Amino acid sequence: MAEALDLKAIGTRPVRPDGIDKVTGRAAFGADLHLPNMLHGMVLRSPHAHARIKSVDLTRARAAEGVLAAVSGADFPGGAGAGDLAKNVIARDKVLYHGHAVAAVAAKTLLQAEAALDLIEVDYEVLDPVMSLDEAMADGATLVNESQHTNGDTSKPASNVAATQRFERGDLAAGFAEADVVVETEHRVPMAHQGYIEPHACTATANEDGKATVWCCTQGHFDVRSLTAQVLGEKVGNIKVIPSEIGGGFGGKTTIYLEPLAVKMSQMTGRPVKMTMSREDVFRATGPTSGTWCKAKIGAKKDGTFTAASAWLAYEAGAFPGAPIGPGCMSVLAPYEVPNLVIEGNDVLVNKPKVCAYRAPGAPQSMHAMESAIDELARQLDMDPIDLRLKNSAAEGTVAPYGPRFPAIGLRECLEAAKVHPNYTAPVPEGAGRGVAVGFWFNIGMQSSAEVRIAEDGAVTVMEGSPDIGGSRASMALMAAETLGVPYEQVKAHVGDTESTGFCNVTGGSRTTFATGMAVVQACEDIIAQCKQRAALTWDLDEEQVDWVDGEAVPKPGVNADVKPLSLADIARGAGRTGGPLLGRASLNAQGAGASFSCNFTDTIVDTETGKVDVLSFTAVQDAGRAIHPSYVEGQMQGGAVQGIGWALNEEYIYDDNGVMENAGFLDYRVPVASDMPMIDTEIIEVANPFHPYGVRGVGETPIVAPLAAVSNAVRDQLGFRIPDLPLSPPRVLEAIDEQGGH
Amino acid sequence: MSKQHVSTTINGDEVEFLCEPHQSLLEVLRDELGLTGTKEGCATGDCGACSVMIDGRLVCSCLMLGVEAQGVEVTTIEGIAGADGLHVIQQKYLEHAALQCGICTPGFIVATKALLDRNPDPDETTIRYWLAGNLCRCTGYDKIVRAVQDAAQNLAYEA
Ligand code: FES
Ligand code: FES
Repeated sequence: MAEALDLKAIGTRPVRPDGIDKVTGRAAFGADLHLPNMLHGMVLRSPHAHARIKSVDLTRARAAEGVLAAVSGADFPGGAGAGDLAKNVIARDKVLYHGHAVAAVAAKTLLQAEAALDLIEVDYEVLDPVMSLDEAMADGATLVNESQHTNGDTSKPASNVAATQRFERGDLAAGFAEADVVVETEHRVPMAHQGYIEPHACTATANEDGKATVWCCTQGHFDVRSLTAQVLGEKVGNIKVIPSEIGGGFGGKTTIYLEPLAVKMSQMTGRPVKMTMSREDVFRATGPTSGTWCKAKIGAKKDGTFTAASAWLAYEAGAFPGAPIGPGCMSVLAPYEVPNLVIEGNDVLVNKPKVCAYRAPGAPQSMHAMESAIDELARQLDMDPIDLRLKNSAAEGTVAPYGPRFPAIGLRECLEAAKVHPNYTAPVPEGAGRGVAVGFWFNIGMQSSAEVRIAEDGAVTVMEGSPDIGGSRASMALMAAETLGVPYEQVKAHVGDTESTGFCNVTGGSRTTFATGMAVVQACEDIIAQCKQRAALTWDLDEEQVDWVDGEAVPKPGVNADVKPLSLADIARGAGRTGGPLLGRASLNAQGAGASFSCNFTDTIVDTETGKVDVLSFTAVQDAGRAIHPSYVEGQMQGGAVQGIGWALNEEYIYDDNGVMENAGFLDYRVPVASDMPMIDTEIIEVANPFHPYGVRGVGETPIVAPLAAVSNAVRDQLGFRIPDLPLSPPRVLEAIDEQGGH
Repeated sequence: MSKQHVSTTINGDEVEFLCEPHQSLLEVLRDELGLTGTKEGCATGDCGACSVMIDGRLVCSCLMLGVEAQGVEVTTIEGIAGADGLHVIQQKYLEHAALQCGICTPGFIVATKALLDRNPDPDETTIRYWLAGNLCRCTGYDKIVRAVQDAAQNLAYEA
C-alpha cells in the first residue's frame, strides 16, 4: 500500500526543472524557431460552411512575387488512406466548414504569402449548411457526407448520425415504476474551444535524402510523426518530430493541421517552411468540443435510493465522425449505483470544425445533464445534495455502467470531505446560491517508454517522450529521485524527440504521470538492479546479498562483508570496470489507470438586473491517488475548474445563418480573466491507485467535469428555477428571469 | 514600401533596426531581433501574451508599431532578470507553481513588474483587475495571484 511508504521526494513541492527557461523567456515554443532561408507558409480557408469544390487554380499564386510553392488537396494523393484526417488537413471534393483549409502557399515573406492567397481561384458550388443537431437529425436532413451511414450500415439510408452507442442494465421501466420520485431534464450546450493561449505552429525542413524534420507544439510528437506520414503517404522513418515547448493543449493538440502542408512545401522548395495559425484560424479550424443536446431522467425511492436512470446524448462531431460519445456515455452515471439504466449516444455530423479532445472529452456535457437532474431530485426529496450522492455513491466493487468493476476509488472520500469542508458548513452568503456536483474521468494508460542515464558523478538524466504541459518533468524527476533514493536536485528530466527517446503516446487522457511515470520508475528499478549487480561484483558477493537503501548499495543485513556502502556516484564513477555506463530502460503499455472522482461546490450570485453571474467561492475536492507534486495537482484542479466555469458562464461558438462563426477571437469568445474569478480552494484526497507503484491516478481531466453542473445548480438555488442550457451568460439569464417574472 | 530605420533602447541596450512600416513591435521583437520570449496569443490586444513595458508603461506589443519604438525604452521578459539572477517576481512564480504550460508567463511577469513598480502593495482585487488583460488558460489564476502577493511582500521587505 502506498500509504505505508515512507516518502522523501514525492509529495514535496520543488521548482520544476524547466522553470527558469519559462520565467525568463528562453523556453522555445512552437512559433519560436527561426531557420536560415526559411519560407513562410499560409493557408487559404473556405469562405463557405458547406460547398462542393469544382476547381482550384493555383497558377496565378504560383507565379506571384516571392512565392515558391502552392498546394491544394490534389497535391496529397498519398493521403488517400488517411481518409478523414487528410481531408481535414486539406479539403478535396468538398469543404465542410467555414475555415476548412483549401490550399496553401509558401513565400519568402509573410506578406508575399498573404498576397498570393488572394490569387488562388476556387470555384465553389455552395450547399446548405447543417448547423444544429435538430437539423442534422431531422428526417430528410441535408447530408454533410452523402455516403455516411449510421454505424456503417449501408442497408439503411445515409444519415448525419455517424455512430451510436448504447449501455443497458436491468429493466428500465420496472426501475422507474419502483421510484417514488422521477425527474427529467433536457439541456443544450453549444460548442466550446480549449482556448490554449499558444496558436498551432510548426516548422518543417525536408532534406535532399527525403527525410524531413518537423518542429511543432504538440501533445504527442510520435502521433504527429505517424499522422503526418499517413497524410503524405510517407514512411514513418522518413519523418522526425521535435516537440517544442507547448503553450497549452487540453486535448486540442493531439492531432495535426499544418504539419503535412509544411513538409510538402519544404519538399517542393528544399527550404524550411514555417506555418503558424492566427487566433482566428485556431477558433475556426481547430479543436472545439462538441455542442450537445442531452436528456437525463432519474428515479429514486423516498429514502433517496436510485432505482433507474436514463440518458440520451447527441453530440456534434463537426465535419467528420468522432464526437466523444463513448466517454460521454461512460461518464454520465459512473459515480453511482444504478440497478436499471439505459444510456444512448449519437455522434452527429454538422458543418462545423471537426471536434478534437477537450479535457475529459464528452464527460462535462453529459454529466452536466445528469448532475442537474440529481440536483432537482435532491430538492424534491428534501435531501442535502451531498447526502443523496453519498447514499448512491459507487465504491470499490461497484460495476461501472460500461462494464468493469471499480477497484479502490475515492468518490465517497471526496463527498465526505466536501460535506465537512469549512466552505460547505459555512452558511450560503446572503442572496447567493450554492451548487454541488460530482465529476469523473476513467483515465487511460497506454504506451510509454523511459530511459535513465547516470553520469560519472551520479547525476541522473531521465529521458522520456511525453510533452510537458503542466509540470510533468517535475513529477518524473520526483518519482525518479524517490525510487533511486537520491535528492531531487540530482535529477533532470527531459522530453526527447522521436529519434532520441522511445515511443510514448500523447500527453492526454491524464496518462502522463501515471503511465510515463510508471516507465520512469521501472527504468530506475533497472538502474538499481544494475547497481546491485555492480556492487556485488566489486565486493565479490552474490547479487542477492546486496540491497539498495537510500541511494546506496549495501550488503543485506546478516551478510558478512566489511565494505563501505556504494552510492550511485561511486558506482557510476567505476562503471567502466564493472560493465560500462549505467543505462536503465523501461517500456510498457500501462494497465490499471485508476478512475479519478471529484466533488465540487460553489457559491454564486446572480445580478438579477443584468443577468451576470459572479462566482463568490469555488471548492474542488478530488482524488489524486497520490499527489506527486501537490502544487501541480492543485494547479490542474484550479485550471480545470476555471475552464469549466468559463464554459458554464460565457463560452460558446456563435454562428450566423450562413454557418460563419461570429466570435472567432478572444474579445468575443470570452474566457475567464483574473478579475472574474475568486481563489479556487482545493482539497486533494489520496486513495491510492493499486496499479501504480506510488498510487498515482491521473488528475488532469476530472477537474473540468463538475463545474458546469455545480454552477448551474448554484444559479438554480438562488433563482428558484432552473435554466437548463449553457452558457449562463447575461442575456440568457436575464431572458429566463424575465420569462419567470411574466408567469 | 521601403523599410524604416528605428533607434531604440531594449532592456538597456541601444538597438537599431529596420522594419516595414506595418510591422508590429511584437513582430519586430520576435522576427527581426530574435527576442522570442515575448509571445503572440492573438495579435489583437486580447490576451496579453505580448506584454512589454514602454518607458515603464505596460503595453501590448502586438498593438504597437515597430516604428513607434523610436526613442523609447522597451523592457521585455528578457530584461527582467539581472546579472545577479532571477527577479523576485520570477522566483515567486516558480515557487508558487504559477505556471503550467508557461506560454502566458512572460506576459504575466512583465505585467506584474509594471504593477509592482507603480503599486508596491496591491490588494487581491487590484492584482486581479491589473492582470485582467492577461489570459491564462492553465492555472485558473489562483497561484498567479498568490505569487504576485508574495513577490510584493518580498519587495516591500527588501526595500
Ligand atoms: S498577442 Fe498581443 S494581446 Fe494577444
Ligand atoms: S500557464 Fe498555460 S496559459 Fe498560463
